Amino acid sequence: MGQSLYHKVFDRHCVTQLASGQFQLFIGLHLIHEVTSPQAFAMVREQNLSVPFPDRTFATVDHIIPTTGAGRQRPLQDPLAEEMLQHIEQNTADFGISFFSPDKNDQGIVHVIGPERGLTQPGMTIACGDSHTSTHGAFGTLAFGIGTSQVADVLATQTLAMAKLKVRRINFSGALQPGVYAKDVALAYINRLGVNGGVGFAYEFGGEVIDRMTMEERMTVCNMSIEGGARCGYVNPDQTTFDYLKGRDYCPEGEAWERAVADWQNLASDADADYDDVIEIKGEDIEPFVTWGITPAQSVGVGQNLPAVDSFAEADQIVVREAYEYMSFEEGQPIVGTPVDVVFIGSCTNGRMSDLREAAKFVKGKKVAEGVRALVVPGSQEVARQAIAEGLNKVFDEAGFQWREAGCSMCLAMNPDQLQGNEISASTSNRNFKGRQGSPTGRTLLMSPAMAAVAAVEGKVTDVRKHLEN
Amino acid sequence: MAGKIVTEITGPGIPLRGNDIDTDRIVPARFLKCVTFDGIGKHAFADDIKGLAVKGETHPFADARFANAAVLVANQNFGCGSSREHAPQSLQRWGIRAIIAESYSEIFYGNCVSLAIPCFTADHETCAKLQDAIESNSEGDLTLNIAAATATGPCGTIALQIQPGAQSQFLDGSWNARTGLLENLDAAKAVAEKLAYVSNYA
Repeated sequence: MGQSLYHKVFDRHCVTQLASGQFQLFIGLHLIHEVTSPQAFAMVREQNLSVPFPDRTFATVDHIIPTTGAGRQRPLQDPLAEEMLQHIEQNTADFGISFFSPDKNDQGIVHVIGPERGLTQPGMTIACGDSHTSTHGAFGTLAFGIGTSQVADVLATQTLAMAKLKVRRINFSGALQPGVYAKDVALAYINRLGVNGGVGFAYEFGGEVIDRMTMEERMTVCNMSIEGGARCGYVNPDQTTFDYLKGRDYCPEGEAWERAVADWQNLASDADADYDDVIEIKGEDIEPFVTWGITPAQSVGVGQNLPAVDSFAEADQIVVREAYEYMSFEEGQPIVGTPVDVVFIGSCTNGRMSDLREAAKFVKGKKVAEGVRALVVPGSQEVARQAIAEGLNKVFDEAGFQWREAGCSMCLAMNPDQLQGNEISASTSNRNFKGRQGSPTGRTLLMSPAMAAVAAVEGKVTDVRKHLEN
Repeated sequence: MAGKIVTEITGPGIPLRGNDIDTDRIVPARFLKCVTFDGIGKHAFADDIKGLAVKGETHPFADARFANAAVLVANQNFGCGSSREHAPQSLQRWGIRAIIAESYSEIFYGNCVSLAIPCFTADHETCAKLQDAIESNSEGDLTLNIAAATATGPCGTIALQIQPGAQSQFLDGSWNARTGLLENLDAAKAVAEKLAYVSNYA
């Protein structure tokens, strides 16, 4: 019986089995940001520990950074945000850790810059104090979110105590219909398996749909693993992976590159790999999805009506009722036509070049509907530079979108970009939790960048497939 | 340096009903703007508390009956969402010292172990029975025994489950993984030397 990539990579990094039954794993790449690292550095200092592998940790600032030029002037207007920024500057300087910063014009969302710089490479173990670390699994890595005490563990030892997960292969066969995107694939498997269906599992995404995807699309699919309860999700590395990485800043060159590719090719799951579970989803069956509730599994195809409360298992009905009450939606109403107040295109899920290009297609020559506030927030300063070089900023600007600077922005609203009151946003981010976008009563509809773009133009949830001729 | 040994937790309970209670609800993101965890306890469930108050209802974390609670009883997939340790830090600083739920998000569970907060599991009926019992007798103490995996209180002694690995970590004080990891630092360095990417495939 063959091995899955999960077990191959796990075994390579296993230091020892601990008394607790967990395994001590070497962590090849540690990414940190300003929200979950300051307390970890404090723990390291408190215990008088050193950082033995400072060149395997990379830092950025993304959650609290304002996304307007004026807002980024130092000191930041919000003294708490300024304090957090100062802490990561000081901590990275003190411990000799590289910091991708606005000062050097190489800042961005942690899960955008890792791949973009070629730091994320197949076969690595990757950890970050951020649950969307699963994004990096797109490259055939084991990448998972960790808490702050574990950030301190990695700083002090470059290892983590981890239990071995089960592996569920999710096979997407066939092809996606026009107007259906990687985001819809993600929302589809979460809808099917639930927000806790992945607890205890690593998800391996495969099949023709995934094979055909670009790296950026695979990142979107892996990004949402944690929304389905799976701490990590991955795609086996292939030629698409190698083509994406070749020539990036931190990737090997020349003969070393050849050696790396040869190594990476051996990592993919064997054809006869043993999985703990296998799920089949037909690409043709996936519609453009929109969430209507307060968990990422509470979603419907854009052509469908909202489900009846009693169509859910009894145990889930409390949260379904809570969702209807919070969203002020009714069972049976169509999701299409729901008016939106705000459109947010960006985040570690959908803030990359292909996302902006796809959204721009549906915006070009159109205007944002009256009364809708629409933001485009590139995932990194590098994405912003490329988008500007292609003139995308102008397309958005002329349509009435606000073109912003790189950051997490309204995905979690720890910065000035926030919903007001009970506004409804069409958002390309990853979470529709209560209050997630900054207003305790704000409402989030998750969808693909193309769906968000047409929602901006129409002022309401619209089936992107009706705009496909454009 | 082993941590404190955790064998038993005793204190009043607090019921929190509903599945999929996420980390943004436990502590809303705007309260994460901090460089220490000090003071984060007072923001536990801040928005849920306010949301219910508007309707004239009281959230358990704002209910005077449960003000001294130490044992939280929740339902499925508790603590889903973000990896932020701010969530269990907030609960701990509010006063929670142990949790019983039907299931947990993995990252949240691991964070709780790092903070010496034992997380037990039980089926839906057991959690509901405990929640009802706490509602009707909020003063009564619950005693959670780590080795036996039981809750003893107003409704007698109830069997719970606890992950054996975490159970042993509480019982021998090794719940803070860092101590054990540091002991193997040389072995970790040896593993690193064998990983071709560490030298960039030179």
